[in-house]
Amino acid sequence: MLLNIFNSVPIQHYIFLSAVLFSIGVLGVLFRRNAIIMFMSIELMLNAVNLLLVAFSTYHNDASGQVFVFFVMAVAAAEVAVGLAILVTIFRNVHSVDIDELKSLRH
Amino acid sequence: MTITLACFYFLSAVAILLGLMTVLTKNPVHSVLYLIGCFFSIAGHYLLLNAQFLAVVHIIVYAGAIMVLFLSTLMLMNLNEETEQHKPAIAKISAVIAAGLLGLVLVAVLHRAEAMAIPGTQDVSIGSIKNLGRILLDEYLFPFEFVSILLLSAMIGAVLLTKREPVNTTVS
Repeated sequence: MLLNIFNSVPIQHYIFLSAVLFSIGVLGVLFRRNAIIMFMSIELMLNAVNLLLVAFSTYHNDASGQVFVFFVMAVAAAEVAVGLAILVTIFRNVHSVDIDELKSLRH
Repeated sequence: MTITLACFYFLSAVAILLGLMTVLTKNPVHSVLYLIGCFFSIAGHYLLLNAQFLAVVHIIVYAGAIMVLFLSTLMLMNLNEETEQHKPAIAKISAVIAAGLLGLVLVAVLHRAEAMAIPGTQDVSIGSIKNLGRILLDEYLFPFEFVSILLLSAMIGAVLLTKREPVNTTVS
């Protein structure tokens, strides 16, 4: 027993921080036209959720939450690899990653 | 104000600021760099929460692998400030309003949430490699194996998608 972080930092602080980070991610998806920046905003949202998972895992003394963060990280890595591969293919054909120009499925 | 609370506020401010900079900055390469900083501050949060192993893995996977992938893709496409397209002002304003409302609703809903009683003592070894490895390979063995299959298929998919199709010279 070293220290209990939740004696000094209430769990609500972590909830608010995660909510704000998630909203910033949503803002990025809505705000930008560059598809790569939108991907990065999705990463930010995933990280907000990861942070809250770890916070509650520590709060409840249960390591399962941290194991779930592992899985989220693995899925995020797979998602980024496939997503960027699709974007590279799109860029090769359309010469743009502007989502407003990707409205139609054919070009 | 204890030192832990001060650390929390500092890391939170850095994370939120760098997150906002990621979204708002015009140059995509700067965006990536700001996001790496944001991930480092989140890793600091993990350290604060006694999840040492996750903090290290977070830095290795996100800052080391995923962001490098983003950066190399950006450089491959040669995107910079001049080529960056911007949404019309009305779309930007509505995006800010929508995201702000979402944040407001989330905070307002979670504001009144009752916290469960804290267990008196906290096990500091909960985030250690030993403990996590035991749980991962004991309770979560099947998901673990499926994740390996997922990563393998993602790898094959990425290679297949980016491979240039051979030009078919025979006219069908």
